[in-house]
Amino acid sequence: MIPSAFDYSTPASLDEVLQLLAEEGENSKVLAGGHSLIPAMRLRLAQPEKIIDIKALRPQLSYIKEEGDLIKIGAMTTYYQIETSDLLKEKAPILPEAASVIGDVQVRNWGTVGGSLVHADPSSDLPSVMLALDAEVVLKSTKGERVEPVSSFFAGILQTTIEPDELLVEIRFKAPGGKKSSYKKLPNKASHYSVVGAAAVVGVADGKITDAAVAFSGLAEIPMRFDALEQKLVGVATDEASIAEACKGCASGVDALEDLHGSQDYRRAMADVFAKRAILAALSK
Amino acid sequence: MLTANATGYVGSRIKRREDPRLVTGNGNFTDDLTPAGTLYLHMLRSSHAHAKIVSINTAAAKAMPGVMAVFTGEDFKKELAGPIPGVPFGSVQAVPAYYPIATDRVRFVGNIVAAVVAETRGAARDAAEAIEVEYEDLPVVIDMEKAVKDGATLLHDEIANNICTEIELGNDVADTFKTADVVVEHRFFNQRLVPNALENRVALAEFHPGDESITLTVTSQNPHILRTLLSGEIGIAEHKVRVVAPDVGGGFGSKIATYAEEVIACIASRKTKKPVKWTETRSESFVGTIHGRDNIDYIRMAATKDGKITGLDIVAYCNMGGYMSLLGPSVPVLCGVIASGPYAIPNVHFKAICVYTNTTPTDAYRGAGRPEATYMLERTMNMLADKLGMDPMELRRKNFIQPDQFPYFNVLALNYDSGNYEPAMDKALQIFGYDEFRKTQEEARKNGKYIGIGQSTYVEVCGLGPGSGMTISRGYDCAVVRAELTGKVTVFTGVAPHGQGQETTFAQIVADEFNIPIEDVTIKHGDTEMTPYGMGTYGSRGTAVGGGALMLAVNSVKDKAKKIAAFQMEANEEDIVFEGGKFTVKGAAGGKSITFQEVCLKAYIDPKMAPVIEPGLEATRYFEPGNFVFPFGTHLAAVEVEPETGDVKILKYVCVDDCGKQLNPMIVEGQIHGGLTQGIAQALFEEAVYDDNGQLISGTLMDYALPTAADLPHYTLEHTVTPTTVNPLGVKGIGEAGTIASTPVIVNAVVDALKPLGVTDIQMPLRPEKLWKLIHNGGSGNGSAGADTSVVEQHFGEDNK
Repeated sequence: MIPSAFDYSTPASLDEVLQLLAEEGENSKVLAGGHSLIPAMRLRLAQPEKIIDIKALRPQLSYIKEEGDLIKIGAMTTYYQIETSDLLKEKAPILPEAASVIGDVQVRNWGTVGGSLVHADPSSDLPSVMLALDAEVVLKSTKGERVEPVSSFFAGILQTTIEPDELLVEIRFKAPGGKKSSYKKLPNKASHYSVVGAAAVVGVADGKITDAAVAFSGLAEIPMRFDALEQKLVGVATDEASIAEACKGCASGVDALEDLHGSQDYRRAMADVFAKRAILAALSK
Repeated sequence: MLTANATGYVGSRIKRREDPRLVTGNGNFTDDLTPAGTLYLHMLRSSHAHAKIVSINTAAAKAMPGVMAVFTGEDFKKELAGPIPGVPFGSVQAVPAYYPIATDRVRFVGNIVAAVVAETRGAARDAAEAIEVEYEDLPVVIDMEKAVKDGATLLHDEIANNICTEIELGNDVADTFKTADVVVEHRFFNQRLVPNALENRVALAEFHPGDESITLTVTSQNPHILRTLLSGEIGIAEHKVRVVAPDVGGGFGSKIATYAEEVIACIASRKTKKPVKWTETRSESFVGTIHGRDNIDYIRMAATKDGKITGLDIVAYCNMGGYMSLLGPSVPVLCGVIASGPYAIPNVHFKAICVYTNTTPTDAYRGAGRPEATYMLERTMNMLADKLGMDPMELRRKNFIQPDQFPYFNVLALNYDSGNYEPAMDKALQIFGYDEFRKTQEEARKNGKYIGIGQSTYVEVCGLGPGSGMTISRGYDCAVVRAELTGKVTVFTGVAPHGQGQETTFAQIVADEFNIPIEDVTIKHGDTEMTPYGMGTYGSRGTAVGGGALMLAVNSVKDKAKKIAAFQMEANEEDIVFEGGKFTVKGAAGGKSITFQEVCLKAYIDPKMAPVIEPGLEATRYFEPGNFVFPFGTHLAAVEVEPETGDVKILKYVCVDDCGKQLNPMIVEGQIHGGLTQGIAQALFEEAVYDDNGQLISGTLMDYALPTAADLPHYTLEHTVTPTTVNPLGVKGIGEAGTIASTPVIVNAVVDALKPLGVTDIQMPLRPEKLWKLIHNGGSGNGSAGADTSVVEQHFGEDNK
């Protein structure tokens, strides 16, 4: 399928990209891995006037590094790079685990973490994982740089707080240290996006959960965490029954998504199941 | 009969010869071809399911850069010699005129309302978006049972009650049901499926102004039939129409019919005098290519209290869609003729009501009618077994047609030539470990697990078909076998393989028959200018019918070769034997002989033969079988339903199929694997869902779940061999058997798994949420209207009271 006509540019540097965004950001789309944007354009669901292909920034924005107590991931780092990163396997194994269940090999070779976050598909896997990790995104424009927590970045289905003149350049988070983590999802049988996915990052001491972050993909319009659940989990024993009990009804009252692959009731119920499974999987590591 | 030769290709697991080129990108698909000057065609399709076209404004589109032509309904109609044809059937035969571009009204989402020809694909699509169409919406008809009621909105004003036709087969069952010990009855829904061949449809039309002929290169399963039909649509005589089907990437029946886009491409090429290409997108394929299935089946079965089935009665509503596709009503016929399956049931009645609705037209999809028949029959068998307190397999065993009953007339239409059902069943039970697994299941149930066993014993009618058995047309196919001067052999077949592997199996046969290396054989197909009239590939007929023609042609070439050998060796023709690649004079001292290759050379160049033997060494033969073929088998599966999510895990799948002689077991297995996968996918994943406005809401691969290897179990395949004498090879088609048998196996297994909850039926596809709800609601709300017996009863009148 052929997209509608668009202008195309390949700026050579970050400054040039930011300059273009400052001038024409409103009518432009940034092309990174292209695995969400290009299908949308081919279906003509997206008809941007201008494409700013940032492939020249790939060397600069593809990295996974540790600086102090922060893990920093360049926005153009691919799923495959995340999946195979030794640093992440050691410091934040939930990311390689989650990246390994995204799409297929082709998608993982091209899709980028920055693209995934900016695209903000509620059923994507990485946004909820980043939310569970309390990650922040670094947004740059000609006006400077701002840092926003992922928890306020997502604004709705395919919507974030990024400004038209901004480029997401980095995602960073504190390494969860001694905490345990896992991501489990119920895939949609057609697309294999999550019907519901749960990312769990839990601290444990003396056979009890000391703190927990559980974020859900696919459940609602944006990745979600529930204070009530996370508070309830504190002090819970690590056996299946106790965790199941704590997770029970965790998404009740949530205005859940609804489609052929799951009603609101089903999604809310699956939140219980996959929260439990993610926590148990984390604890077993 | 096949000759056993040292070459030993037949029966061997030869790798498919077509695969290296296809998997390395060296295939030659229609969209790979772009002659110089090609223009591109794009369709503007209706987004309304049922509406009057008030006006169409194409002025802006026509003015856009690169646009060569824009066609709309009324103008386009003037270019046509006739509408898109459909083959009527049954007692009503209401066939509306189906024009490639809608004239005054659209009847399904996807109905073409305008077509743009432009210099690039992008320009054509841009221009199509610039066409303004004003619609006036009409009430949308989706539900078949409402569509046939008096007062329902009519899709075609002249067609009463939206009924395309009614088809009735079998004998009177009223008395049987009155006197039956036991009756079970149910309403099944066999959901609509989207064929989704890997290669979408493509049409490349090249009008040749010099002689006013046309070549259509196209994704077709039956180029000769298409050529005949196309000639009638575009008004170019058949001898000036050439249809070429190059490599075709799957069809599953969706590339049998003649389609609007092919006609539009041809006429656009004639108008512009340029090659015109149309390449379907996946989104278009979802609405513009035929769909399959979509039946509501009312079924009742009568039996004695000890489990002897005495009667079967079926009323099937079959959704034709907005218009009649080529073989729309033929699909229910294929359902009806095999409705009683492998069971000896004395009284069987089948009625199909074919209904127009505001949906994409339906036609043959892998199995075509036989999966629908097998599904309702095999599900009902389990319901009867439950009611009688019998094991489902014992009920089947008790009702099988016995070996000494063949040939067996099944009351509906068919004479089964051969069959031996129990050995296949016994083998499957043994491999599966049926009795032991029942114990495993019992234990698992005690532990709160939902484990079930599913069964299906099926018989298929295929190898379409015998002249006497087909009411549409004769059912032959053809082959040309040409032994070349250098001893190589070129075969031209009238079947059109597009995944079935005949480039390999046919070469195996020829290589064995002439005792030559398989590398010396080429199989050509798919070009009406190259092969005599053949019917193509569908209905599992390629090898059963096309292979028969090949054998006849091989034997004719051998006959002539013997004549040549006799001449060369100055012997009597009757004394020549062909063995080990040599023609030898029987009993001749010194073993006088001449090789096949030498005979080929002599056939073309030996001047001494001039006065006596015509040059060349080739034969054209047609084969028309005297009957269909009837493959059969037993399939068994074990499943586990995960209570937390409702997800189904297939623990094991065992099938024992009987397709007679296997020419290449690897290809047979490949066909079964593909068939099983599509059949299981109907049970678990696939469904074309329309909303009340006639919008297809599972219209992309993001929502329409095609199976992947990760979703499926390991398949354990075994076979029995009961050859048929219907064709010279002793083969029975195997392309559709897996699809036909597997769907009820999985549903039977899942229903069995949830039996402790009182579940008796679940409507396909078995989405996790449906099963989760059943488990969490203690078995109620199982999504099938079958629980309401009064609904079922009204379809069979008063006679079963």
